[in-house]
Amino acid sequence: MADPRRLRFRFSKTGKIRFTSHRDVARMWERALRRSGLPVAFSQGFSPHPLLSFGLALPTGCESRGEYLDARLDEAGPDEVPLADLPGLLSELLPDGMAVQVVAPVAMAESSLQQEVASCDWDLEVLGVEGEDLEERIGRMLAAPSLTVRRERKGRQTEDDIRPAILGLALTGHSGSEQGNIRAELATHPRGVRPGDLLSALGTDVVLARACRTHQWIERDGARYEPLSVSGLGAGPAS
Amino acid sequence: METLWPRIERLLLGVSKPARYIGGEQGAQYPVHGPGKVAWLLLYPDTYEIGLPNQGLQILYEILNERPDAVAERSYAPWVDMEAAMRAAGIPLFSVEQHFPARAFDVLAFNLSAELVYTNVLNLIDLADVPLHAAERGEGDPLVVAGGHCAFNPEPLADFVDAFVLGDGEEVVGEVNRTVGTWLGAPPQGRRRGELLRSLAGIEGVYVPALYHSTYRDGRLVATLPVEPGVPAEVAKRTVNDLADWPYPAHPLVPLTEVVHDRLNVEVFRGCTRGCRFCQAGMITRPVRERPAAQVKEMVRRGLAWSGHDEVTLTSLSTADFSGIEETVRDIIDDPVHEGRVSVSLPSLRVDAFTVGTAAQIQKVRRTGLTFAPEGGTWRMRKVINKLITEEDLYSAVDAAFSQGWRRVKLYFLIGLPTERDEDVLGIAELGAQCVAIGRRHQKSVTVVASVGGFVPKPHTPFQWFGQDTVAELERKVALLRERARATRGLTVRWHDPAASAAEGVASRGDRRIGAVLERVWRAGGTFQEWSERFDLALWESALAAEGLSLHEVAHRERGEHEPLPWDHISAGLHRDFLWTDWQDALAGASVEDCRWTPCYDCGACTGFGLEHVVASSVPPAGGSQGTGQDLAAGGRIPVRLVSHG
Repeated sequence: MADPRRLRFRFSKTGKIRFTSHRDVARMWERALRRSGLPVAFSQGFSPHPLLSFGLALPTGCESRGEYLDARLDEAGPDEVPLADLPGLLSELLPDGMAVQVVAPVAMAESSLQQEVASCDWDLEVLGVEGEDLEERIGRMLAAPSLTVRRERKGRQTEDDIRPAILGLALTGHSGSEQGNIRAELATHPRGVRPGDLLSALGTDVVLARACRTHQWIERDGARYEPLSVSGLGAGPAS
Repeated sequence: METLWPRIERLLLGVSKPARYIGGEQGAQYPVHGPGKVAWLLLYPDTYEIGLPNQGLQILYEILNERPDAVAERSYAPWVDMEAAMRAAGIPLFSVEQHFPARAFDVLAFNLSAELVYTNVLNLIDLADVPLHAAERGEGDPLVVAGGHCAFNPEPLADFVDAFVLGDGEEVVGEVNRTVGTWLGAPPQGRRRGELLRSLAGIEGVYVPALYHSTYRDGRLVATLPVEPGVPAEVAKRTVNDLADWPYPAHPLVPLTEVVHDRLNVEVFRGCTRGCRFCQAGMITRPVRERPAAQVKEMVRRGLAWSGHDEVTLTSLSTADFSGIEETVRDIIDDPVHEGRVSVSLPSLRVDAFTVGTAAQIQKVRRTGLTFAPEGGTWRMRKVINKLITEEDLYSAVDAAFSQGWRRVKLYFLIGLPTERDEDVLGIAELGAQCVAIGRRHQKSVTVVASVGGFVPKPHTPFQWFGQDTVAELERKVALLRERARATRGLTVRWHDPAASAAEGVASRGDRRIGAVLERVWRAGGTFQEWSERFDLALWESALAAEGLSLHEVAHRERGEHEPLPWDHISAGLHRDFLWTDWQDALAGASVEDCRWTPCYDCGACTGFGLEHVVASSVPPAGGSQGTGQDLAAGGRIPVRLVSHG
């Protein structure tokens, strides 16, 4: 059962605004929702804040065509929320580069976006290595039983095997001049792999020029779904 | 004009906080540059997150962009990692809106809000690919101008800045724009930079240092005089008479990323006549000019609707003194438009229970901390600095705060004040301990933070003659205070780096010779000197020595009544004999009342400009010109009546 008091928004974050952080995006949404007049519910207590829940953090500098936000609406608010108007209204109120694609009510019982999303698709543009070389390296990575990378976690250097989290990796194009496009599907649990981690496994001479998260996937009963599909309202398990 | 963005964006994945460099704020403007329009780049010489909220810059940004003959964009100091990346890639300083190179603008206009940013000013001129020294610039180089409170002693930056603008900028910015526009409109072959500078010097409130020469004898300044006829011997500040004419910023910038003061700001009045003798802002911004309460409320309503903020700060040098502050605050809180979700903050609470009552009304939620500024540790000290807060004022304010739910009280103090004795410093610990004891009557665990800054004497104040405490002396006093405060649980002492105060003193009261010192500090890598992790006093000491100067000569030496001061040819309206008399009164421990509600002391700020205070209320607040109705002569002995708020 979809709960009309719990709305899920799917939005994109592209262009200059990709250099803002996950926290920055949260503040942009809070301001835009206040200006929209949408009756968002507030927490009780000492320091009331709007009941919003953001999905998996997008690394600063990465673009996305599939970000999510859940908002709880005030029980005392009006019954009818003009859902169809919301994407246009909120896109107008959000800064340039953020656009709302779809809004839909989600089921009451559904757990948080952060827990549910199992993997993400990425389009990466890399520089510094010729296409054939890149293809070879990708082949070696996929063939390897484990891939240990050094990375920073909460301010500490750690060594992690990221191979199990690489669910898919392919070269999708290259221009002869040390430029290539890569598509990757990376798991988010137990420890997510970021595009930067993947790059360090590809080699220190590979430079990430651009990264875009294109999809986030939920797995249920062996099938995968998007938290909200852009093809229309009510698609996927959210309805 | 070509944008640098494609080259800039390649650097941004490799630097900290890249959102500093992308612009895109709500309220950002993307004006079309072109002939007939003077292009201004408004620069704040500190990081984006410090500079973005600056109201002076935002006001000029709107005023200029509203003009048909001007365009304005903004820039901030890139942090050291970004600067290194830019220099390595050959990318010059750029505007954050359209990422145009700084050199492509006609005017680079700096906001000077603090002295320790001066080396950043040099760095930004250099990063802009503009000749560092004003004398080296030609007809094709941008004009470098500066304004803000620090412009009242322009001499340390005289070598690098073509023109300083003194006082309120709202009106004069248009006059400067017209003058530059006329000059730019003339045929290029006939244009001489010297002519532009002379025309600018003809504008009231504009100081062109190249048209003045400083002479010295025995290593001391003798005078700074015009080098040719027609140049005014003294340049006086500009003052906007009626704030109601300037309801700016009307579309305040809402940043995409975290900045300091991330909320709506509405200025409720300008100027202050409390007469605190250490306070340069209170001296140079006189007289008091209030914004009509109705306009304040309108600006709050519009600003919140525009920005989506849920918090507004009513700004001024002492907001609790605004006529009808209580009604104004209540009207904002109760405005049905805001659905009870808007909070109001007052940046500078007067120290009395009455004011705490007002604060209690507006901070129904989020009662974390309240801040008061007694500034001096004993009543004697506070009379010297003319901050007339009695112990009873403070204790009743603190009692009201803790009894009404606040859990932390922060107290601001200065040390290194004129006539200061150790007992005055220790008095800070005693006040703090008393405040903790008062808090314990109401709550089990309370925190009192005493924040201690080393006093830096500033130009155009009664303390401009004072010899600043040395680093060693300030350190001794801090140690003394910490030792005494250790006995009180719940009392925390925080202090500013005394070494930074010494460098600030050099930049504050130096003459033209400090220009070479700043250049040496900058060339040695001394940027962002207001950031403790970047500050290095050794750079300043060796630069001073190389120029035949010393910390003692510039900062720690007391000046005599007749010694020429580097800012003698700059006027904030205050008569020098008023300041000297007030200095002598300070040394004698004699205080003065607030002239808003009491007779005029003829400081010069009103009479010199044909102005008057613009104050809606003819009576002082809460029964006394300085707060809660203490008798100035009797000081701490008069009991204070508590104003209760149910």
